[in-house]
Amino acid sequence: MNTSSISQPQGPAPAADDGPVVAFRNVSIAFDGPPVLQDVSFSVAPGETRILLGPAGVGKSVLLKLTNGLLRPDRGSIQLFGEEISHMPEEMLFPLRTRAGMVFQEGALFDSLTVRDNVAYQLIQERVPDGEIDSRVRDALRFVELEETFGLYPASLSGGMRRRVAIARALIRQPELLLYDSPTGGLDPVTSTTIIELIVKERDVYHTPSLMVTYRLQDAFIMCTHRFDPEQGRMVSLPKGETDPNTTFLMLEEGRLIFDGSLHELIHSQNQFVREFLD
Amino acid sequence: MAIDRIEKTAKNLVLTVQDYSLFAYRAFLNLWRPPIYWPEFLVQADIIGFGSLSIVVLSGLSTGGVLALQSAATLSAFGATAVTGQFVSLTMIRELGPVLTGVMVSGRNASSMASELGSMVVTEQIDAMRALGVDPMRKLVTPRIFSSIVMLFFLTIVADACGILGGAAVTVFMNHQNGTQYLDMAWEHLRYPDIVQGLVKPLFFGYILSSIGCFYGMRTSGGTEGVGRSTIQAVVTASVLIIFVDFLLTQVLLSLFR
Repeated sequence: MNTSSISQPQGPAPAADDGPVVAFRNVSIAFDGPPVLQDVSFSVAPGETRILLGPAGVGKSVLLKLTNGLLRPDRGSIQLFGEEISHMPEEMLFPLRTRAGMVFQEGALFDSLTVRDNVAYQLIQERVPDGEIDSRVRDALRFVELEETFGLYPASLSGGMRRRVAIARALIRQPELLLYDSPTGGLDPVTSTTIIELIVKERDVYHTPSLMVTYRLQDAFIMCTHRFDPEQGRMVSLPKGETDPNTTFLMLEEGRLIFDGSLHELIHSQNQFVREFLD
Repeated sequence: MAIDRIEKTAKNLVLTVQDYSLFAYRAFLNLWRPPIYWPEFLVQADIIGFGSLSIVVLSGLSTGGVLALQSAATLSAFGATAVTGQFVSLTMIRELGPVLTGVMVSGRNASSMASELGSMVVTEQIDAMRALGVDPMRKLVTPRIFSSIVMLFFLTIVADACGILGGAAVTVFMNHQNGTQYLDMAWEHLRYPDIVQGLVKPLFFGYILSSIGCFYGMRTSGGTEGVGRSTIQAVVTASVLIIFVDFLLTQVLLSLFR
């Protein structure tokens, strides 16, 4: 991909009047050793898609798990939907988490449940009538183009299909925030593009703010330089030089946030680590 | 170097005990607070109760038989073979029924709980459950503990009955003694304190085996190798703890019913 042809972002900027959906302030965490994250600060605005880049083992997944309170920081403050969650009791976090969808690295589907029950997991807990569950599950599976897997078990699905079911599960309650943990990790290029196309489709159809972790630069660039065309029903390239204005980047190096900005700023960054990562 | 290792091991032990205490406390409180997931309770009750029935019946029958054989051999020296029934029933109901059932069921179910929950931890299914707004403690741990307590109570009664029947079979068919006398002695010398002792213990043992199994499962780390490690730790700890707590409980119950 020719990165030098990408210019400054054009089009509408994220709404500035609403508060951020996620806000990290000087967050640090360590596990029996050196810090995994140090003084990390950033925010996700409504309608914004933030792509967290970095090589394996720099704390990307840890940062994602801190976002919805699956992990607690040692220091600093984390706000989710305007509420401080860094010291919030677990019982109070559960209702807050239902407002955010999360796609795990390997899908994390419940292997003893069918695809239908996996996707409908939250709805079943909320005792939604069976008829409504079936209809909403079929809608979610249609979105990820896997309607035929309705009654199957996760063991009979391929890696890419599991990720797509995980996306359907994250989308079924129309969340206010989406967290993607390396959704294309370990997949072949064709399947990766299918997954990225789904994420772009979600971004452009529902405009849900999201935070996506990835080490694959090509996925990040595709997200920035493509849009979903509802008429053609597929992802298409933006005109040459244009990028999605609401898709921006973060980069971690050994637990420190070393970059926060647009694609244009990323490819013109003079930071040594960023340059090496891009090269 | 050696001191460091001892210090680290001691700290880990204290930390594990602290973590287990908090876990067991939370699990105990959840037994009394809604929501209680009844479908999960019934599934676990079937797995733990009905699934363990065959091993409990077999171990009860053979233990009762062995008790009858051993006691008859010893009692015949004093001309007291008539009290075999009393000996077998009291030993089974007060001691061996609850302990054997606890150990057998922990071998089968504490291991399955640790491996099942451990696999869910390493494949991020537990995190996924939390991310979906469901408390794994309530959804996975509480039904397992609740059903273990309830089912171990009934399994112990089955083991007691099978032990007495096994003893009767040995008494009649191998020792060639009077079966009616055996059953009369087994029944007549039973007192309420004996039955209470025998039925209080499985409530504690059910709680121990399930909370230990779930605890080690939920703190699994290190991939599939970690799952194996958690399973072994769960079975060993639950079995040892059941035997140790049995000693303490026996002391307390004997002093209560003295």
